[in-house]
Amino acid sequence: MRNNSGGVIQRADIGQLLSVLTEKGYITIGPTLRDNTIVYDEIESVQDLPIGWTDIQAPGSYRLIKRDDEALFAYNTAPQSWKRYLNPPRIRLWKAQRTEGGGFTVDPEDYAPSKYAFIGVRACELKAILIQDKVFLGGYKDPCYQSRREGAFIVAVNCTQANETCFCASMNSGPKAESDYDLALTEIIDEQRHEFVVECGSERGEEILKELQHRPVEAEDSQRVDERIQETISQMGRSMDTHRLQSLLASQPNHPRWEEVAERCLSCANCTMACPTCFCSTVEDVTDLTGDHAERWRQWDSCFTMDFTYISGGHVRSSVMSRYRQWMTHKLSTWHDQFGVSGCVGCGRCITWCPVGIDITEEVAAFQNSHSQKTTNSVEK
Amino acid sequence: MKARRKPKLAVWKFASCDGCQLTLLDCEDELLAVADVVEIANFPEASREVARGPYDLSLVEGSITTPHDAERIRTIRKQSKFLVSIGACATAGGIQALRNFRNVREFLSIVYARPDYIDTLPHSTPIADHVFVDFELRGCPISKVQLVELISAFLGNRKPNISSHSVCVECKLRGNTCVMIANKVPCLGPVTHAGCDALCPSYNRGCFGCFGPKETPNTSSLSHQWSNGLSASDRDIVHAYRTFNAYAEAFKKEATTHEP
Repeated sequence: MRNNSGGVIQRADIGQLLSVLTEKGYITIGPTLRDNTIVYDEIESVQDLPIGWTDIQAPGSYRLIKRDDEALFAYNTAPQSWKRYLNPPRIRLWKAQRTEGGGFTVDPEDYAPSKYAFIGVRACELKAILIQDKVFLGGYKDPCYQSRREGAFIVAVNCTQANETCFCASMNSGPKAESDYDLALTEIIDEQRHEFVVECGSERGEEILKELQHRPVEAEDSQRVDERIQETISQMGRSMDTHRLQSLLASQPNHPRWEEVAERCLSCANCTMACPTCFCSTVEDVTDLTGDHAERWRQWDSCFTMDFTYISGGHVRSSVMSRYRQWMTHKLSTWHDQFGVSGCVGCGRCITWCPVGIDITEEVAAFQNSHSQKTTNSVEK
Repeated sequence: MKARRKPKLAVWKFASCDGCQLTLLDCEDELLAVADVVEIANFPEASREVARGPYDLSLVEGSITTPHDAERIRTIRKQSKFLVSIGACATAGGIQALRNFRNVREFLSIVYARPDYIDTLPHSTPIADHVFVDFELRGCPISKVQLVELISAFLGNRKPNISSHSVCVECKLRGNTCVMIANKVPCLGPVTHAGCDALCPSYNRGCFGCFGPKETPNTSSLSHQWSNGLSASDRDIVHAYRTFNAYAEAFKKEATTHEP
């Protein structure tokens, strides 16, 4: 951890960050405007950033509005997280070819290391990457994920505003990136300045900073960063009460709330696809028309699909109720058993990108409330 | 392997526009490969030559709308080892199933000079209402990729990789932004069967539901959101569900609920 080194970069010089990273062979991925949203895609220069735009998110709703400044990073989260770069939606695992004489050869896929620089990783997203590290690198090391993750240069950007659907503060995963980044930026805009306070989190980060025009960090700079972070915390639109949540959800498989939420749930799988920690996939074997060539592919899957639990004899979770319960209980309860952390980082994507606006914090509150009512009742008795 | 008899493929047409069977011709690059591995025994769109049954794989396009066709599909079933219905007409009754919601006799009297010449059934129905169907390929029209996958799977004696989850999954895999949430466009994607690779949302249009209902579709919740969040009227909802798959159970039920 090298949080003590850093600097302040002026708005006019921030473009150097992208050019230096590009010179070093990184593919720079960052926020950019597309389809009325701010998505993460390949960017070449500061001009590709969503200059002066911000997002207004609410359950089942997202819109962009113009700000009255020229901020580069004054939005919250893109519709999809960085996971599509680290764990691509669809990859080939191997291919096989029939040979003369009735045999066959198998060619495993070669995952050449990729060099991505992620520009604008939010604290909640960084935590999600660390969670996916546990999944893909914890025991068995997934070669595709590993090839992408190890080379990745992470430029975190601390949130200087929060959205209606944000609740990272209550999940202890933001709004400030604390570690595991190469560089962390905080954008400071006021009447006098438009600059970026940079903290280095790695040697690689320090080396990059050295090549950028910057001045040393003064006490006032750090103070301004702290103020922005405090302001962001106060703007959090939502919160989740995680107190005893792990055991509460595990003990409530027949709670009537599950049926209520299933009435609304579309089982469309949007929440799991948008979630930065959801990692499930399915594997498909394909053969061509001749039958001489076969391939195995891995593709994102979701616990909301029927095929997800299809085994001989039928589907294990045929009701939508059981599928929603599985998702939420895994995310907030059994995830702790499996990985030692919560599966939720409070980014709010499942709330914004649910077509009918189901709100996981509201669902948790319903469980917490009915539990506290029961406790109160039993005390009264 | 190579020496074994080529399986016989037959393509049959019922009430339909031919678009689905033309998907086979539209395979272009793959078409020669298909012709290499199967004997195309009956495919009037491609050749007048007809080989006699039985057939190993029958692809059936179109819906059943006449007493004659109701008989014909039974004969075809008897001659086919595997029977796969292809397209919205064959799997749900098609656009012509809109007549199922009215009295077909009235249409006949309006449209035809001599209605007594017309021998038609009151309803346009899917193939599976008449005979056992081994597999259904959805879509209006079907997807070329899925058709080739179906034939490859049939030849490889394996289950085709065809998912019945939502179009939303395809949008997310492609990296599309949700048009319903970001653009406030009514979209049937959350209740619609995947297969088109999210064609319309990829061009910023809402899904039209060409592939019919997905597994466990929650149409009432989606309609609720359309009315409350997108100001859709009951009429809009009826129109959205009453298209190519109007007679598919989930869509039929939802539209009926919102009828005046």
